[in-house]
Amino acid sequence: MARIEYPAIVAYFHDGHHLAEVAEATRIKFKKKNMDAYTPYPVHGLEDALGLKRSHVSTVTRYVIVTGWCLGFILQAWTSSVDWATNIGGKPFVSWPAFIPVTFESGILMGGITNLLVMLALCRLYPRPKTLVLDPKLTDDKFALIVPITSGEEESDIVAYLESHGAEDCVVVEGADRQTQEYQMRPAILRTKGVLTHEASPAPAH
Amino acid sequence: MSPELFPKDAPLLSRDIRSADVTDTVLAPMGRWPGVSWYILFGIAKALMLLLFAVVGLQFVIGLGIFSITNPVGWGVYIVNFVFWVGIGHAGTLISAILFIFRQKWRTAINRSAEAMTIFAVMTAGIFPLIHVGRSWVAYWLIPYPAERLLWPNFRSPLLWDVFAVTTYLTVSLLFWYQGLIPDWATARDRAKNKIFKTIYSLLSFGWTGSVRDWNHYERGYAQFAWISAPLVLSVHSIVSFDFAVSLIPGWHTTFFPPYFVAGAVFSGFAMVVTLLVIMRKVFQMEHLITIRHLEYMNKIILTTSMLVSYAYITEFVIAWYSGHQSEQYAFYNRAFGPYGWAFWVMFICNAVIPHAFWWKSIRTSLGAMFVISIFVNIGMWFERFNIVMSLHRDFLPASWGEYIMTPYDYAITAGGFGLFFTLFLLFCRTFPTIAIGEMKTTLPNPSGTHGHGHGHGSHHEKGHHAPAAGHATPAHTGAH
Repeated sequence: MARIEYPAIVAYFHDGHHLAEVAEATRIKFKKKNMDAYTPYPVHGLEDALGLKRSHVSTVTRYVIVTGWCLGFILQAWTSSVDWATNIGGKPFVSWPAFIPVTFESGILMGGITNLLVMLALCRLYPRPKTLVLDPKLTDDKFALIVPITSGEEESDIVAYLESHGAEDCVVVEGADRQTQEYQMRPAILRTKGVLTHEASPAPAH
Repeated sequence: MSPELFPKDAPLLSRDIRSADVTDTVLAPMGRWPGVSWYILFGIAKALMLLLFAVVGLQFVIGLGIFSITNPVGWGVYIVNFVFWVGIGHAGTLISAILFIFRQKWRTAINRSAEAMTIFAVMTAGIFPLIHVGRSWVAYWLIPYPAERLLWPNFRSPLLWDVFAVTTYLTVSLLFWYQGLIPDWATARDRAKNKIFKTIYSLLSFGWTGSVRDWNHYERGYAQFAWISAPLVLSVHSIVSFDFAVSLIPGWHTTFFPPYFVAGAVFSGFAMVVTLLVIMRKVFQMEHLITIRHLEYMNKIILTTSMLVSYAYITEFVIAWYSGHQSEQYAFYNRAFGPYGWAFWVMFICNAVIPHAFWWKSIRTSLGAMFVISIFVNIGMWFERFNIVMSLHRDFLPASWGEYIMTPYDYAITAGGFGLFFTLFLLFCRTFPTIAIGEMKTTLPNPSGTHGHGHGHGSHHEKGHHAPAAGHATPAHTGAH
C-alpha cells in the first residue's frame, strides 16, 4: 500500500491508457517526480509515464534461488559424507547426480517464498482489518491520478490542466485519519478570473 | 460448424464487455446462497471425503493389510491415485506460468480456477503417500532436520525427491495463486456491503489499493513466479516418474519416462479443467467470459498431448521389442494381453483413440462432446497409472508373480480422493473470485466502453463535465468522503 504525499490532487479518469497519456504530460509540464496512480488492473506503460524505476523483486529472488541451490547441495553432501557417512549401494558419499533433484527444488522453494515476501514488503502489504481506500471504484473500473502539490497556485493550475485534458473530477486529499482509517478530502481550489476560490461544496451522496 | 462463426481477427471476448461487468459476474456467486444443485453435489463430495477419512482411520487402527497391497504389488492403488492427482495438478501451473510466458491472453479466463484445481489436486495427491508410509504420524521423519536420532534421510532415494518436489510444488503454486488473488480480494473488499465480509476481505487483500508503485512490484513478482514455476512444473512430474524410472523393474526402467509423464500430466490436467469449467461457466453464468473459444483452445492442447502420450505408448512397445530383453518384452506383452490387458485397452482407447474426435471443429466446440471426452480422458489417465503400477505383478521370476485384487477399501480411497478434491473445489467456487478479475480486464478489447486507445486529450467529456463552466463539476461521489 503506497503512501500518498499530502496534500495531493486526486483526478479521476475512466480509461487507463488515457490516464497514462495525461500523467506523462503532467509529469513533464509541472516537473513532478512523486506522482502516483491507482488502477484496477496493471496498465501497460503507466510505470514509464510516471517515471518509475523497474522493480527489484525479481533480482532479489534470483540471488535467493542460487543461494538455495548451494544450501540444498551442501545439506545433502554434508549429511551423506560428513555428519553420518553411509555407504549406499557402494556409491560415492557425494554421488552428486542423485542430489540434483533436491538441489533444484531447494532453490525453487526458497526463491518462491522470497519472491512473494519481497513483493509484499516492498509494497508494504500485510493483513489489516480496515484498508484506506480513496474510492471503492478504483478496484473496479475507475482510475485515479495522484499529483502531490505544494501551493494553492500550483493546485489550481494543475487542476485546470487535468480537467481540460479529460479528468472527470478532481479533489484534494489532505491527509488520513488514523482512528477512522479514512482519507480527509476537500474540493480543489480553482482560479476564477484570477482569484483562487474553493470549489462549491459537493452535495452529500448518501 | 461454419468457419465464419469465429473469424480469425475477431477479439476473443465481446467488445460489449466492460470492466464493471467482469467484476459483477465474478463476484456474484460470492454474495449469494448456493442453489440446490450445489448442495446436492457438495453432499455427495463430502460423503466421499468422509469415506476417505474413515478408511484412513481404519487403516491407522488395523494396518495396511486392509488394502490388497502385498508382494509383488507393493504400491497398488495408493501410488496410482498419487500419480493421477499430481498429474491433474499440472494444468493449473502450466496455464498460469507457461502460457503467461508465451503471452497467451486466453489464459486469463481459466487460470484462477485451474490453479485452484492444481492446489486441491496436489493436496489430494499428498494424502496417498502419507498414508502409504504406514506410520503416518511419523511422516515428518522424511524432512531433513537435526533429530535426536542423529540420522538423515537418504537423499539418493527417488521417494525422498518426491517429498521435496511435491511440497515445493504445493508451496510455490499456493503462493503464486495467492499473489494473483490479492488485487481480486481488494475488489471484493471495496464492493462488500456487509461489515464482517468487508473485514475478512480487507485482511485477505493485505491492504491492496492498486497503486502503480505496487503494480510495478506486483508485475515483476508475478513474472518472476511464472519463470520459477515453468521449470518447477516440468520438474515435478519428471521427479514423480523417477520413482519408476530409477528402479530396475521391466516396464519401468526407461529413460523417456520424464517427458512421457509430463505430457500425460498436462493431458489429464487440461481434461479436468474442461470437465470443471463446462459446468462452472454454466452455473455461474460466465459464458461470456469463458467462451467456447477458450474451451476450444484447451481441447486443442488435449488433442496435442493425446498424440504425445500415444507416441509414448507406442515407443514403449517398440523399444521393448528392440531391446531384445526377455523380461522387458514379456512385461509389455503382458501389459496388453495379460490379466490386466483390459485396463491397457481401456487406457489406449480413452487416451489415444477418443481424443482424435477433436480434429473436427464441431466436436471441439460442442460442450456436450467435450465434456464426455474429457471424462474419458480422465478415466484413461487413471488406468494409465494403473497399468504402470501393475507392471509389478509379473517381474523377472515367474515364482514371484502374483495379482492385485482390488478390495472394497481400495475402491473406497479411490472414490474418497475424488470426494476430497471436489469438496475443496466446490467450496472454492462459492467463496473465491473464480476468474482473475484484474487480469481478465487487461484482456478485454474495450474495457472502458470507449473506442480504441489512440484518442487525443480531452475526448472524454461525456461524463466528465457536468457543468458548462470548465472544472466546476460537482460529481456526486465526492460526497462519500
